[in-house]
Amino acid sequence: MVKLFIDDKAYEVDESKNALETALSIGLNLPYFCWHPAMHSVGACRQCAIVKYKDEHDTKGKLVMACMEPIADNLHISIEAPEALAFRAGNIEALMTNHPHDCPICDEGGECHLQDMTVMTGHNQRRYCYSKRTHNNQYLGPFVNHEMNRCIQCYRCVRFYKDYAGGKDLDVFSAHNDVYFGRQEEGVLESEFSGNLVEVCPTGVFTDKTLKKHYTRKWDLTNAPSICHQCSLGCNIIASERYGIIRRVLSRYNGDVNGYFLCDRGRFGYEYINSKKRIIAPAKLVNGSFAGITVNDAVQEIKAIISTENNMIGIGSPKASLESNFLLRKLVGPANFYAGIPAREGKLIRQVIEILKNGKVKTPSLNEAKAYDAIFILGEDVTNTAPMLALSLRQAVKNEPNEKARALKIPDWNDAATREAVQGATGPFFIAAAHDTKLDDIATQIYHGTPGRIADLGSLVAEKINRQQGIVSADAEAETTASNVSAALLAAKRPLIIAGTSLYSGAIIQAAANIAYALKDQGKDAGLIYIVPEANSIGSIMLAEQFLEDAFQNAASGEYKSVMILENDLYQRMDKTDTDNFLRLFTNIISLDYLENATTRNSTLLLPAGTFAEADGTVINNEGRAQRFYQVHVPKNDVRSSWKWFAALMTGNNGSTPVHLDEVMDSLIAAFPALQAIQSAAPPAGFREDTQKIPRSPQRYSGRTAIHAAENVSEPRPPADPDSALSYTMEGYVGIPPPALTPFYWSPGWNSVQAINKYQIEVGGELHGGNPGRRLFEPAENNKTEYFKIMPSAYSLKKGEWLVLPLYHIFGSDELSAQSPAIAERVPPPYIALNNADALKAGIAEGAIIEVLLNGNKKWLPVKLNIGLPEGVAGLPKGLPETSGVFFPFLTTLKIAGND
Amino acid sequence: MYSISDNPEKPLTQHIKHDGARLTLKEYESTGGYQALKKALQMNPAEITRIVLDSGLKGRGGAGFSTGKKWSTIDISENAAPIKYLVANADEMEPGSFKDRFLLEGNPHQLIEGIIIGAYAIQASFSYVFLRWAYHLAGKVLTQSIQEAYEAGYLGKNIAGSGFNLDMSLHISVGRYMCGEETALLNALEGKRANPRAKPPYPSNSGLFGKPTIVNNVETLSNVPHIINNGADWFLKLSKTGEGGTKLYGASGKVRKPGLWELPLGISLRELFEDHAGGMADGYQFRGVLPGGGSTDFLLEEHLDVPMDYASVAKAGSRLGTGTIIVLDDKTCPVGMVHNLERFFAQESCGWCTPCREGLPWTTKILNALETGTGKTEDLNVLEFHTHYMAPGNTFCALAPGAMEPLQSALKYFKTDFEMHINEHKCPWK
Repeated sequence: MVKLFIDDKAYEVDESKNALETALSIGLNLPYFCWHPAMHSVGACRQCAIVKYKDEHDTKGKLVMACMEPIADNLHISIEAPEALAFRAGNIEALMTNHPHDCPICDEGGECHLQDMTVMTGHNQRRYCYSKRTHNNQYLGPFVNHEMNRCIQCYRCVRFYKDYAGGKDLDVFSAHNDVYFGRQEEGVLESEFSGNLVEVCPTGVFTDKTLKKHYTRKWDLTNAPSICHQCSLGCNIIASERYGIIRRVLSRYNGDVNGYFLCDRGRFGYEYINSKKRIIAPAKLVNGSFAGITVNDAVQEIKAIISTENNMIGIGSPKASLESNFLLRKLVGPANFYAGIPAREGKLIRQVIEILKNGKVKTPSLNEAKAYDAIFILGEDVTNTAPMLALSLRQAVKNEPNEKARALKIPDWNDAATREAVQGATGPFFIAAAHDTKLDDIATQIYHGTPGRIADLGSLVAEKINRQQGIVSADAEAETTASNVSAALLAAKRPLIIAGTSLYSGAIIQAAANIAYALKDQGKDAGLIYIVPEANSIGSIMLAEQFLEDAFQNAASGEYKSVMILENDLYQRMDKTDTDNFLRLFTNIISLDYLENATTRNSTLLLPAGTFAEADGTVINNEGRAQRFYQVHVPKNDVRSSWKWFAALMTGNNGSTPVHLDEVMDSLIAAFPALQAIQSAAPPAGFREDTQKIPRSPQRYSGRTAIHAAENVSEPRPPADPDSALSYTMEGYVGIPPPALTPFYWSPGWNSVQAINKYQIEVGGELHGGNPGRRLFEPAENNKTEYFKIMPSAYSLKKGEWLVLPLYHIFGSDELSAQSPAIAERVPPPYIALNNADALKAGIAEGAIIEVLLNGNKKWLPVKLNIGLPEGVAGLPKGLPETSGVFFPFLTTLKIAGND
Repeated sequence: MYSISDNPEKPLTQHIKHDGARLTLKEYESTGGYQALKKALQMNPAEITRIVLDSGLKGRGGAGFSTGKKWSTIDISENAAPIKYLVANADEMEPGSFKDRFLLEGNPHQLIEGIIIGAYAIQASFSYVFLRWAYHLAGKVLTQSIQEAYEAGYLGKNIAGSGFNLDMSLHISVGRYMCGEETALLNALEGKRANPRAKPPYPSNSGLFGKPTIVNNVETLSNVPHIINNGADWFLKLSKTGEGGTKLYGASGKVRKPGLWELPLGISLRELFEDHAGGMADGYQFRGVLPGGGSTDFLLEEHLDVPMDYASVAKAGSRLGTGTIIVLDDKTCPVGMVHNLERFFAQESCGWCTPCREGLPWTTKILNALETGTGKTEDLNVLEFHTHYMAPGNTFCALAPGAMEPLQSALKYFKTDFEMHINEHKCPWK
């Protein structure tokens, strides 16, 4: 810590930072454009000019850019010096020479960093009276809108897209005041993180195209702090609503999880919530078709069923909250409650939970993952199964080479200089996968194999690190790969192992743990991350002892007449015939879900379940972090949290029925003391800041009295929220609420997302009040966990037989986001991928249509080549309607069309 | 055969043929060429840097930084980076400047020898000549000459049996004024946009491909063999001031004899203008002069006795720059001249930092308005604003501050000319 003087006031500050981030962390206002806390300084925009003095006697000083100014002890700087003020205002005036005055029709208006900074500098009169340069805009795909005329050339877009996220198809073209940021030619932005351009761009060049379809100004939105439900990472989001429509999703900063960014599935996958296929009222099957019934009738009807049946099967869901799963379990009784996933998946998740709980290495958070310096991925196509982890890994891979820049005394914040010194070098990064992945461009070495071979390689790596089991290598490629991987992991300070459930291989999960344990035993600060399939895979499994196969088997006796299915399309998860047979056993099939699907179509009673936007609850992410999400609005239909339906069905049974979220949690913790910590993941409903609730809408929310005027001129009372400390109004506490309860970012003068600076203790760091969420598992000190004994894979393929593996698609493999129109445009048509040599031998060309046997059904699919699958291995996209219910991996025969 | 007539007072140009055809390797060797290299290779690298430092040689590209000082920033200790680069900046694009071209075309081996000695001094293993694309003839003769140097063993492995290895590559740039700025040049050489880099780190620490690098101007490097051959004292004494050596001075504009002369550093502006350039052409009166190329401040008649060296020209309120003067006459509109320059600088801005990218086109538009008779009185305030807005330190590199030099001095010295444009609603020269 050193002493810094800003405008003659002394501060104790960290000398490893630059003057801009230091001033912002102190809470001072200093305008900037090109600097970004995650991407650091390049000194391009010249907006953060300050005056630097030689010493305390120097009165003249010299103009410098705060973002490029290192902090030194006894440094004297001024933000308020007249020449600095004049320069910053002049800089805005210069930027405005080419910026159109189109704020009223610009989607960024009202949350525009350029507007904020313009006001901050005091510039308000333009002297420029000549024509402005104009550009053509490009079609960039379904996610991001392009309006280049608004560009102020801060270079943040290309720095994020290329340097931070590894994208290749966005760049800067031309020179002088004609510089152009876009693609070489129009087309869909290829990066899975393209949506971050919307938040990274300080003005309206890159805006959210999905928001544009149902546009609302920021100040007119009702928002809730939420958790993305579209993979297992649990990125924090802000979901926003007006007139009953979910308008957009933004990243909600969590310094421990996703930081400033989101993947495109998370950002643009919300639109299914507004789908016409939503189930919005209870319905009952009458004479073969569904007829709407009232909430009361539905509750009475189901209560009647419950009271006449002793036993009802309850099927939970890895997509639903702990609270919903728990209350269903409570409603049907633990013996009749089943996790909503097949056993082969459930057992893998249990294995992961076991390792998280009792393993001896730390599972880092998404943010902590950025700090590791050697990576080994086993079996996961991370960009498609846990996209934001791929973004973290792209940062981690810079750690080892960045040491070179540090040795040249280049501070970490000097981004351009660091990149120059490093020359794009990447640190040790090894991938063992079944096929090519999107992270291959940063890989040191890549190994392709079947799940069995990947696990064997993992065992061999563990063996080479810390001889335990006397494993010998099966082949030369595995031997050299394992030698390279183990040497690199041992040479690193902080090696990180990543695996997951996507290939349905327990051996991979165990081998990954063995490697991490071996590294730990060699004294390394090793990390171990598992990727699991869904938002609450971990949490929902912790509440269930049985799986879908158990349900199918136990029901076969015919003793059950009713089944209650929570937010779960069984046809996605189980074989169609088996599921048909299972559902046929019941007289009453009660489905709580959001969208019509095969299961709801086969049900007898439907209850409209709330998506994350209409429900409160808790989910547990892949690292074991419990996080709360809150309802965004109270829909004008019957949609509500599933646990509220269960609570309604249980009232009257006894006096202690939980009705509100906190009561459900109390009840849950009483039954599962291990989950105690979920309670502190967010403040309770009774929490008040300065005696007030936290408003979901900003103070400037407009038209409140007009919205309902068509129905009734008297303003209705806003809905109460007994489940959280949030209110559905603009009234309430003004200021910074606890992080878990932050529905939007705003601070006087800071209307854009960059108001987040004011919510952080130090810019880019922890939030005031601590990063939200509670980790449930930490490795114990001196843990003596045993290594797993893994049998080598014995499997060899027969001639004419193919092993079919699942291929994951960020856009497509998640059932719900794939039903959002923008995402749907990016979902690939079904295909079968083959090994090139296999295809050549069989005379199959790319695009040829071949016959595939899927669960006994013949399907004709076009062939895709060149994805690096091993010989004898084929791949099918997971989660598409055409591949729903397929059990991966499976063996099959292939037939070429016409050669039958 | 080429006849040698030595003129030690003009070391750089003494051997350049009247028709400007290049000296072949043989011809260059017959003038004593590559003797300095052989001598240098017997010396300790640090010793060479010491001599160059003592000689007072300053960068001839315009900034005037001590060459020896620059070289001494390179770590040549045992712990030094194994790969280092030396780059000759032959991206001569300063308006009014054509001095490097003369050396490149006429005596390419002099430059090559200078590069090899410089590379040895900093223990570089690879060197580049970064050439402006428009210098086609220079490109041709450099290609031939580098080839000859390789064949003669002056480049490649174990140069002249010394154990020192150096490769050299000619890079013909796509041509931007920006590439004259050494860090932008390095980016361009790496295949990146020719944007400048923030300093620190300096190229001597993290330069080309992130390795320690020295960038020197063609004229600077061409001096090096002569300094090694004749010593620091000899070089110092060549000049009329404490700053060593000769300088290639040029003159353009409506002078009687536009041209280029190698003269002792520090001759007076008057001597250059009157004795060498022959004064104004018939029918023209002197109004002012840009002493060092397009990006330097105007000087007036009262400044004609200023010695043309770095310190003296700076004291007079301008810069020696490239030492190639552009003379403004009474039949040329000063506003038009400045407009022409600003249009060039605006066009050549890389677009990286706001003041240069947005400010230069704005000044150009104002100057255009003045010239076309639509200028307003307040435009002069806006021009004045820009000269402060784009002052040194406010922009990312020196391009825009350089561009402001002719403008700010024109506003100072030719204010009435600007006012006439506004009051008469037209250019008085048209």
